Amino acid sequence: MATAELTAVPETTFRIEHTSLTRLIIRRFLRHRLAVISTVVFMVIVFSAIFAEQVAPHDPNKINPGAFDKAPSLQYLLGTDQVGRDNLSRVIYGGRVSLSVGVVAVGIYMIIGITLGSLAGYYGGAVDMLISRLIDVVLSFPNLLLILVLVSVLGPGLRNIMLVLGLLGWPQIARIVRAEFMHLRVQEFIVAARVIGVPTPRIIIRHIIPNAMGPILVGATFGVASAILSESGLSFLGLGVQPPTSSWGQMLNAAQSLSILESKPWLWMPPGFMILLSVLCINFIGDGLRDALDPRLRR
Amino acid sequence: MLRFILRRLLIAIPVLFGVTIVAYFIMTLAPGDAVDMLVDPGLNPENVLLQKKALGLDQPVYIQYIKWLNGVLHGSLGYSFGDRRPVINRIGERFVPTLSLAVFALGIAFFIGIPVGVIAAVRQYSFFDYFATFFSYLGVSLPSFFLGLLLIYFFSLKFDLLPTGGLMTIGGKNDFFDRLSHLILPGTVLGMYNAAVVMRYTRSSMLEAIHQDYVRTARGKGLHERAVIFTHALRNALMPVITLAGLQFPLLLGGAIITEQIFSWPGMGKLAVEAIFNRDYPVIMGLNLMTAVMVMTGNLLADVGYALADPRIRHSGG
Repeated sequence: MATAELTAVPETTFRIEHTSLTRLIIRRFLRHRLAVISTVVFMVIVFSAIFAEQVAPHDPNKINPGAFDKAPSLQYLLGTDQVGRDNLSRVIYGGRVSLSVGVVAVGIYMIIGITLGSLAGYYGGAVDMLISRLIDVVLSFPNLLLILVLVSVLGPGLRNIMLVLGLLGWPQIARIVRAEFMHLRVQEFIVAARVIGVPTPRIIIRHIIPNAMGPILVGATFGVASAILSESGLSFLGLGVQPPTSSWGQMLNAAQSLSILESKPWLWMPPGFMILLSVLCINFIGDGLRDALDPRLRR
Repeated sequence: MLRFILRRLLIAIPVLFGVTIVAYFIMTLAPGDAVDMLVDPGLNPENVLLQKKALGLDQPVYIQYIKWLNGVLHGSLGYSFGDRRPVINRIGERFVPTLSLAVFALGIAFFIGIPVGVIAAVRQYSFFDYFATFFSYLGVSLPSFFLGLLLIYFFSLKFDLLPTGGLMTIGGKNDFFDRLSHLILPGTVLGMYNAAVVMRYTRSSMLEAIHQDYVRTARGKGLHERAVIFTHALRNALMPVITLAGLQFPLLLGGAIITEQIFSWPGMGKLAVEAIFNRDYPVIMGLNLMTAVMVMTGNLLADVGYALADPRIRHSGG
């Protein structure tokens, strides 16, 4: 908390006189204390996932016959599992899978959502009608049920989960983009651009999308959080990432057995806590971004 | 108003068609069908084919779909591939457990969410407000299975206060209290998430209401603060919250797949998982269709309720 305040204060006092939009946004973001703390914590999680090789004390998949079912000790800080794999290392490597599912899935549906949303919002009429009904169809499915069906169709696994979450997550983004476009398309500067003959694709890409970026970015941030939750839920049910790869949700799958649940809490509590911490941080960051990028939406 | 409702109902028809078509075709893309999942792989291929014929699985997908749709339009959801019983019965027997879970969860959500949201809004930026807001973030960020496991760990295994799962004690008394004790943990898991959402909605709509002119007027004419908050502000602030209930309840009825799985709660969510693993298409389709209809009805009711309660909203177009 102290470091967050120290960095926040000089920013706000010294750069007030000539503020660019970017600086204004950074300043507003830094004012949201929980978002700043969350950014720091989340960065630690992200870096330990990226540099898992350097951070993890052991090989996460190395079966060690001499160390089955060890309770936490100095050598194995979070104990070992039934086949002697170091649990702490598995949690660190598991972060890679969980976080990358979130980022890739959201990346996929951002592309779909922005494309369909801009088409619907810019052209309106029949195009809008068609795309809006498509949004309704996808939103009318009980989300997890459809995800489960699709994953069981494509076969469980990391790539398919990313694909399924990406293919089903886009309606929210499409709705946001559509609303922004409808709002922006009648603004004077867009009408002016059209009058002087700027081609439509250029209007969309150069003039509208940058102005709609705020809500899109906020939507994407919350999307990463919910994608991480979905992945962990699927892996928990055994339909997600397959062994020996570990993700946080998949590590909790072991706790479906009552004996592990009761007698070895060090195996399942840490990955569950990491899911909670990451999702919580991302939600706070999203909140801070919303306050910073779009003051109209401030609660 | 009637025009608006009619328009929405008409739009719902193609959407429902879309939902069923998409679901059917995705489902049948899966490698292996119900027969492959159920029978012994060593069985004579002729018998397997006969089995498939009996279930209509030897026909092209679009014929299967049209047959299914024809059944639905005549009021039948078909028969389960698993035990050949009508789908409607299989879903029906799972409906009451899911309904009781949903009611319990929504009860918790309102019982906690509304008062906490109101107090947080009235004392904006107070310690209570920060505390409540933080907890609401916690509530939406906590994966249901992790919360479920934590509750089982502490309340069932460490302190032995409540059962770990199931609808009732097998061979036990099965009275009201026994059933209630089984309901508490899964209901809390579902309720916590919804309480967090309800609290956030209540807080933000209450904040908006408090700063309206009519609230200032009520204060200005010397009304007691309690009357101002509860009769003037809260009544208006609750509208979006009630709408939220209209949106959340059908989803809860669709079955909380993960929560029911953890607590082996014999509801629709657990049925869905079983049906998916057994490729029981008619059951999956039935669940899908039912949930989609309920979600759309919930949306419509929420919109209608909103328009009825708030005369400022006029539905001119769509």
